[in-house]
Amino acid sequence: MTAELIHRLHFAFTITFHYLFPQLTMGLALLIVVLKSVALKTGSEEWDRAARFWGRIFGINFVFGVVTGIPMEFQFGTNWARFSRLSGGVIGQPLAMEGVFSFFLESAFLGLFLYGEKRLSKFMHWLSAVMVLAGSWISGFFIIVTDAWMQHPVAYERTASGQFEVLSFWQLLLNPWGLLQYAHNMTGAVVTGSFVMAAVGAFYLLDGPMQGYGRIFLKVGVVSGVISCILIIFPTGDLHGKYVARHQPAAMAAMEGLFKTESGAGIILMGQPNEETGQIDNPIVVNNVLSFLIYGTTKAEVTGLDHFPRDQWPTALPLLYYAYHIMAGLGTYFVLLMIAAAFLLWRRKLYTARWMLWLLLISFPLPYIANTAGWMTAEIGRQPWLIYGLMRTSEGFSNTVSAGNGLFTLIGFMGLYALLGLLFTVLVYREISRGPHPIADPKAVVVAD
Amino acid sequence: MMGFIWFWLVAVMIVGYVVLDGFDLGVGVLHLFLVRTEAERRASLRSIGPVWDGNEVWLLAGGGTLYFAFPLLYASAFSGFYLPLMIVLWLLVLRGVSLELRNHIDVGVWLALLDGVFGLSSALLTIFFGAALANVLRGVPLQADGYFFLPLWTNWRPGVSPGILDWYTVIGGLVALVALTLHGALWLAIKVSGDLAKRACSLINPLLALVSLLTIVSLIATIAVRPASLDNYYHYPFTFIVPVGVLACLAGIWFFNRNHQPVKAFLSSSVYLFFMLAGACWGVYPTLLPATTGADRDITLGRALSGPHTLSVGLAWWIFGMTLAIGYFVFVYSHFKGKVDANSAGH
Repeated sequence: MTAELIHRLHFAFTITFHYLFPQLTMGLALLIVVLKSVALKTGSEEWDRAARFWGRIFGINFVFGVVTGIPMEFQFGTNWARFSRLSGGVIGQPLAMEGVFSFFLESAFLGLFLYGEKRLSKFMHWLSAVMVLAGSWISGFFIIVTDAWMQHPVAYERTASGQFEVLSFWQLLLNPWGLLQYAHNMTGAVVTGSFVMAAVGAFYLLDGPMQGYGRIFLKVGVVSGVISCILIIFPTGDLHGKYVARHQPAAMAAMEGLFKTESGAGIILMGQPNEETGQIDNPIVVNNVLSFLIYGTTKAEVTGLDHFPRDQWPTALPLLYYAYHIMAGLGTYFVLLMIAAAFLLWRRKLYTARWMLWLLLISFPLPYIANTAGWMTAEIGRQPWLIYGLMRTSEGFSNTVSAGNGLFTLIGFMGLYALLGLLFTVLVYREISRGPHPIADPKAVVVAD
Repeated sequence: MMGFIWFWLVAVMIVGYVVLDGFDLGVGVLHLFLVRTEAERRASLRSIGPVWDGNEVWLLAGGGTLYFAFPLLYASAFSGFYLPLMIVLWLLVLRGVSLELRNHIDVGVWLALLDGVFGLSSALLTIFFGAALANVLRGVPLQADGYFFLPLWTNWRPGVSPGILDWYTVIGGLVALVALTLHGALWLAIKVSGDLAKRACSLINPLLALVSLLTIVSLIATIAVRPASLDNYYHYPFTFIVPVGVLACLAGIWFFNRNHQPVKAFLSSSVYLFFMLAGACWGVYPTLLPATTGADRDITLGRALSGPHTLSVGLAWWIFGMTLAIGYFVFVYSHFKGKVDANSAGH
């Protein structure tokens, strides 16, 4: 195993595991604000308890996100030193801003939200939930800005020594790639949050004793689910895809499995890309659709991989193709499922439609897979570049850190994260089986000291 | 000028991190032996529960600031200190998770395990942070291209090719361990009541004696390992106020503790940490990372600094953002001020 491969796996593994948590943090933060807002407006103790219940799960999830997130910021320096040395003046900026503008906000108000309810007025407690939402979404923004610059570098200049410097701060923050990716990604986080909330609601309705809460969770989860599942395809996914096709045509060709440039290109729904023969094995194709999706006309020419020299093809081509197809396939399933669930909710049949409750329950892991696959599409699609078109991945890793030392810490992280995964599952399982129990003396919760 | 400003802004963030996360790390160390009953454990954890996570953000924000203001230093130091940094990350993970788990689990055996993990990881973190600072003061074997890689240990002697751990950096680790344990005890003296508070208070004087001893030993050791540390002081003699301040703060801790003014004693300890770190920074300035392989390989301020536009834009948002952050901190700390309620568990 080469040092380059180890360093790539090191980042890939730790970021993939990490992002299981923030996607729920960001999605759930929004839904908790919804619960708190209803509670504030109606004075309903039940909705307040529902918010408190999700606050506990949020707290667990948040801590796992924090502790797996700290290694991410360090790894730019530890494993990708040559990249950091040249690009620190640009991407160090949004990364530092994330700490200063988001983490301070988020951690301060989460402390208040989780520990301070007794001492805060109802309005202030609601406000701290809103601040946690703001903190987590600002955090996502700065990370996307960082990634967007690597995907689509803007507003930079190179000094004589090869270092990248920012030319325009605002152009860096408002990179069009970043704005599209941010919209798409945050919608993805809401999809995860909605599916998780709806699944717990379905579980309570199927299981029995906590019917009232089950209805609340289902209602909120399905309504936000149907909205976010539509938005993730149109307009956010659609616009983002078109932008990728324009600026990273090699990545788009590989995602779609398009080996040859074609006009009136078809979309491949299924099949296995065969790099050796340059074709798709066992393809199921719908003619002309790809040209239409990218250019709005069925006749347009779509650039295939044959247009690019082999050393500019994404390095893990089949994985990129599968990641993209899994994301898109699941996205299609989500929108169908949520529209059906929303229809049942509207017809007042959802709470008794056991088949749908079962589907919602077992579907909760799928948004995690879709979000992960989406990120894999973005990051594998960027290969072989670390900064698209400017710096290759092979030029960026720390060459003072040997493959042996890298593998040592990679194995260490794998062991530690396996343990974390187990603990997380146990903890969340316990919270869900306990449920949002009524508190013995409800007054104790609202009376200020 | 920008170099001077950013050097001290990063230094301020490191000081902020040490002063704030320092006390919750210290409470972690004390968790190993000072607290006895379940109620006391809860009270002690409750005293840091709402704030430890925010305190840790100073480390992240400081790391990020270092990254964009001094990319060369960030790249060189983080890859060179690869192994200890990874261990620090693992310890931070274990510590954060054990602290959070404790809020959700009520089975005695597991609680004992979590308490142990929390305490040990806190103690090891203080030692690693102290040793890390000592590594920077001692210098590292920088190559001509500005990179290096340090093994965890070599022959335990500072020299041209030292390891992360040698006798000097171990002293640094011990200073941090004891000083932050004291800092944690002073925090507990403010935040808890009853027996636990009494025991925390009775621990303060012995810890203080040990800190004073180790402080003096570490000052002498630093001068022995890197005589150039004093150059800036001789050049600007008024800066000898820093070591005087260190001693004054140690006296202040003793005085305020005796007069039952725990908040002032805690603040003295905070200022002590500030002077220790500022004094160390001033000892190396304008070098950021000295080379044991010859002064021409030092990573200096001028070599590592980002471009002027990056830094001036950065300064604008940094001042704005940190003002906001300090506002949140004031709000949160004043919200949770006073003794913790031992009866209320976590969330």
